[in-house]
Amino acid sequence: MKVSLFITCISDIVFSEVGKDSVELLERLGCEVDFPEGQTCCGQPAYNSGYVQEAKKAMKQMIRAFKDSEYVVGPSGSCVGMLREYPHIFKGDPEWEKEAIALAEKSYEITQFIVDVLGVTDVGSTFKGKVTYHPSCHMTRVLGVKEAPQTLLEHVEGIEYVELPVKEDCCGFGGTFAIKNAVISQEMVKEKSQHVSETGAEYLVGGDMGCLMNIGGRMRREGKDVEVVHITKILNTHEQGGEGHEYQNRRYSL
Amino acid sequence: MSIKIGDIPYNDRIDQGIDNEFMRQAVSSAQGRFRTGRLTQAEVLGDWEDWRQIGEEIRTHTLENIDYYLYQLSEQVEKRGVHVFFAETAEEANEYVENVIKKKKAKKVVKTKSMVTEEIGLNHALENAGATVVESDLGEWILQLDEDPPSHIVTPALHKNRQQIRDTFTEKRGYDQTDSPEELAAFARQQLREEFLSADVGITGCNFAIADSGAVTLVTNEGNAEMVTALPDTQITVMGMERIVPTWEDMEVLVSLLTRAAVGQKLTSYITAITGTRLDEEVDGPEEYHLVIVDNGRSKILGTEFQSALHCIRCAACINVCPVYRHVGGHAYNSIYPGPIGAVLTPLLDGYDDHKELPYASSLCAACTEACPVKIPLHELLIRHREIIVEEEKRSPAMERIAMKGFAQWASHPAAYKLSAKMARTALKPWTDEEFVENGPGPLKGWTDVRDFPAPGKQTFRTWWHNHQKGAKK
Ligand code: SF4
Repeated sequence: MKVSLFITCISDIVFSEVGKDSVELLERLGCEVDFPEGQTCCGQPAYNSGYVQEAKKAMKQMIRAFKDSEYVVGPSGSCVGMLREYPHIFKGDPEWEKEAIALAEKSYEITQFIVDVLGVTDVGSTFKGKVTYHPSCHMTRVLGVKEAPQTLLEHVEGIEYVELPVKEDCCGFGGTFAIKNAVISQEMVKEKSQHVSETGAEYLVGGDMGCLMNIGGRMRREGKDVEVVHITKILNTHEQGGEGHEYQNRRYSL
Repeated sequence: MSIKIGDIPYNDRIDQGIDNEFMRQAVSSAQGRFRTGRLTQAEVLGDWEDWRQIGEEIRTHTLENIDYYLYQLSEQVEKRGVHVFFAETAEEANEYVENVIKKKKAKKVVKTKSMVTEEIGLNHALENAGATVVESDLGEWILQLDEDPPSHIVTPALHKNRQQIRDTFTEKRGYDQTDSPEELAAFARQQLREEFLSADVGITGCNFAIADSGAVTLVTNEGNAEMVTALPDTQITVMGMERIVPTWEDMEVLVSLLTRAAVGQKLTSYITAITGTRLDEEVDGPEEYHLVIVDNGRSKILGTEFQSALHCIRCAACINVCPVYRHVGGHAYNSIYPGPIGAVLTPLLDGYDDHKELPYASSLCAACTEACPVKIPLHELLIRHREIIVEEEKRSPAMERIAMKGFAQWASHPAAYKLSAKMARTALKPWTDEEFVENGPGPLKGWTDVRDFPAPGKQTFRTWWHNHQKGAKK
């Protein structure tokens, strides 16, 4: 199956390992992965701030970049959720509506793609450690992906899974919200960090680097010894020598 | 009071909320209770999503045909001897009620809890006209004694704890017992009973007016609505024009959703229906009954992309799940309608001048949208507000506009984007220590005040990708 990686700008710029793990994981599952070089950002920072005209410029670039892709798969519920909104945003636009629909229809968040399209629930990974999972808001409530990441985690050999208290609560990231309403965002992330500590987990896993960057950044500040990783790192760790990529700005803890 | 409850600037309100430990404790534990209650009840009911779907359909249908249903309602109630008045503005509504009070030479008015009377500032108007107004809902009564605005649309005194309530009772009413909820409630009951007996006029709000039968229904837990509607001979109901349903069957669906979504109850303790004045063969009911239907900006919302905001049945489920509300409390919204629905509704009813920050007081986590029993897409409506603030009102900060223009250029030109991705690590270098920024410049400051920011890694994805591809081809 031919798959184009939509790396998302945050992983492209800050967390390249998420892209690497995604590629290796998809290849291990038999996909032929390509990386359209013209991709940039899904437009969400502008769209969610009310700058629809500016957002559309980014969106058109994304539509162009993935025009020839069969499937577009990205390691982020939030960014893929944005792609799925394109048809609604370009509604009535004679030039772009059809293309927006086409992109939305072939776009998947990576765990969603593995479970729903590839039909795989056990990716054959092995991971030793106590892990908790934060289901990010846009992944669960905008894109509607609730089960897939958890299903995949459950099948990882050796994993000790602990449930995060009030896991569906927002971590306070919210993109520009974290800057524009920094004081509120701060209170939210403190609470989330507290909940993570309550689990006693060694690893906090999630499917959106924005949220993980937020929670991890807070936990590092608090000096907490929890490693924060994208789910693709866990799924790309397996007995045939795969270890998942060590994050360069690794271990949010010190 | 009107929709707006004070003049403190936005940032100060947020700080005050965050610094108020008592309030945050109270709100957080109430949210926990409400959340569990709602989820349990939804599960017990089964097919919760189907119920929501029907709820949404009823509200959509009603609002799309609101002219018809309002006409039907007024015809029906007039048949039962009720005076109907359509008030376009808050002032018109207040003036009408004032005139009724004056004509009756009424000295004391008892009220049930009603958001729309808060919205139009009715108490204030009546007091100016010389009447004493007594709130009969326990929470509202506490706030009235304390001259404090509501912070929640269902449990208005949510921000107060027992000790604070005891202190208010002691100071204002000479209470001398403990802060046990039973003793506090018993005291309030006894004090309020006397007020009911001596009131000349009863004023109620309205949860759902039934168009085809002309009944006004009230959903309460304390039974105070019974008292307000049973005793005084003159009754007035003030309702927002959207608080209407076609039939009793529709009302049943919405009440099922309302009580479950609000507090996790199957049913409230009381549902009161008022069906006009006392007819010859009837033994109770008021001699004189007025129905005041308030527009106050609502009809302007009809037919716009915000119409669904009028579907709201005021259950507060969105408020009860909102993490922003949990940390800042209701008063930070500076509106009698706080939380997500407040952030949507307040600028619509009262303009952007005083409320332009509200649509941004959300991380867009969509917990509200998911909780809403009539499926109002609250977080999307917040984005619509932002869009209007940016594109029509042109009120967004200049720096932000410049940044967003830059964003558009960056994200639509892959070459520029790629270059910046390559340069990001170097650009952040001066602030980076051990792969993290702990004290960021400019807009990063709000971030790094309480969190670290990761520096972009040494090897970019694109470099790795090229090597990876070469490897694959080998
Ligand atoms: S918007 Fe929805 S959830 Fe919020 S109060 Fe209204 S009906 Fe309830």
